[in-house]
Amino acid sequence: MEKTWNNKAWFLVLPVLLLVAFSAVIPLMTVVNYSVQDTFGNNEFFWAGTDWFTEILKSARFWEALQRNLLFSFIILALEIPLGIFIALNMPKKGIGVPICLVLMALPLLIPWNVVGTIWQVFGRVDIGLLGHTLEALGVDYNYVRDPIDAWITVIVMDVWHWTSLVVLLCYAGLVSIPDAYYQAAKIDGASRWSVFRYIQLPKMKRVLLIAVLLRFMDSFMIYTEPFVVTGGGPGNSTTFLSIDLVKTAVGQFDLGPAAAMSIVYFLIILLLSWIFYTVMTSSDADT
Amino acid sequence: MASTIKYKPAGNLSWLVSTIYIVFLMLPIYWLINMSFKENSEITGTFSLWPQNPTFRNYMVIFTDPSWYNGYINSIIYVVLNTIISVLAALPAAYAFSRYRFLGDKHLFFWLLTNRMAPPAVFALPFFQLYSAFGLIDTHIAVALAHCLFNVPLAVWILEGFMSGVPKEIDETAYIDGYSFPRFFVKIFMPLVASGIGVAAFFCFMFSWVELLLARTLTTTAAKPISAIMTRTVSASGMDWGVLAAAGVLTIVPGALVIYFVRNYIAKGFALGRV
Repeated sequence: MEKTWNNKAWFLVLPVLLLVAFSAVIPLMTVVNYSVQDTFGNNEFFWAGTDWFTEILKSARFWEALQRNLLFSFIILALEIPLGIFIALNMPKKGIGVPICLVLMALPLLIPWNVVGTIWQVFGRVDIGLLGHTLEALGVDYNYVRDPIDAWITVIVMDVWHWTSLVVLLCYAGLVSIPDAYYQAAKIDGASRWSVFRYIQLPKMKRVLLIAVLLRFMDSFMIYTEPFVVTGGGPGNSTTFLSIDLVKTAVGQFDLGPAAAMSIVYFLIILLLSWIFYTVMTSSDADT
Repeated sequence: MASTIKYKPAGNLSWLVSTIYIVFLMLPIYWLINMSFKENSEITGTFSLWPQNPTFRNYMVIFTDPSWYNGYINSIIYVVLNTIISVLAALPAAYAFSRYRFLGDKHLFFWLLTNRMAPPAVFALPFFQLYSAFGLIDTHIAVALAHCLFNVPLAVWILEGFMSGVPKEIDETAYIDGYSFPRFFVKIFMPLVASGIGVAAFFCFMFSWVELLLARTLTTTAAKPISAIMTRTVSASGMDWGVLAAAGVLTIVPGALVIYFVRNYIAKGFALGRV
């Protein structure tokens, strides 16, 4: 759509600007402020320069949390994206099944995140949970409280349970936009199931898939509540992701400087990702 | 051979995929509901797939104890406040983004997005200090404002997506007919994007409802959300699993109730209005 150049539009944006300034810019400035200062309490601050950044970038704890988080995000994408596409391809396209599928599949997305944690904490417990109990009855040695591998599996299965539907719904939205004529043409050409997927369905899903990948990556990269409720970051530090580590440093130990420096490094990573996301979103706007 | 190929997933096994997936999704939720109707002795003592002696005791605890049900009231107050603030602020902004080009518009649009993507953990501590300075800690408005961090950008993006679908000729015709901007916006434009407003409001409601980290950081007692109260079921006599399960079930209800109305827009909402 042709847009008019009009700087008075700033007045329309002003309320949003003020709101977001209050809830984002001021806090962010506080963080920057802390990241370059040191304090011994009493509200006395000393200039610390880039000390905290050097400390963070040299700290093994930060890099371990970052690595864990990257590994987690990678596993999540590798599982949820193919699974999501597969389920979307097999969803009913018309009839009574459509609303049932949509509603039931979307349900996990709308559960408060700590309740998601609670659900899986209970579900996985050996003494009272269906999953834990069944596994024990089958003779599987499973205990997410003690064993790091089991904790990881629990957190990953929980995230697959929680968020795969997002990928499904996005892919489904892409699939239903394909006109029937495409399939008919493919049938006349005698195309195989695979070529239909490769040359008709996948191109149509490309855009929603990109959105799904980026959203899942970013959200899994800042995951906090769900693993915190289930494992509390343990056993040991095995499920301490970046956000959990950050909250531990800032609120638990009250190390404002390191926490602030960490926040900024964290935020810069997210900023880069958002920029990629934005480019994808707006460039595909131009296509359509 | 070609005639045997199935192009649409109308194959005999495709329903099985959806069914298995839905069963996988429902099992943990069923287990929670199952637990919420059991007595604690049954939860910890025996293992049963459905309640042997169904009881409403857990729900009664929540509905009769003010410290429990106030949690729901608190959550609903700040969620509704946040939804109203977010949508009202986002409406004119989304209109500006969808109709005009202005100095710095693209940067502004991008900057809004970065706030949706910002990790709440980064903001938890500065929020606490900022709201302490204004004396807003433990008030509903504090949480409502804090959630604007991600909900205002979300609402702007979703509404912009819907508004761009309305042809610009409608605006121009209205101005020629002598409508002023506010009157045009309320009388003509808002009804046209009513579904968009509904979807944006739903997503603001939802994201404010599911968020816990900021809500918990900014409240102590008077405005504490239900999801934070749930953590106190650990008592001297051990864990009150039944009440915990009942509280969990009750937090799922609002989402389950409204989801039917937005089922076709869910993908659009999660993709920030860009599907």
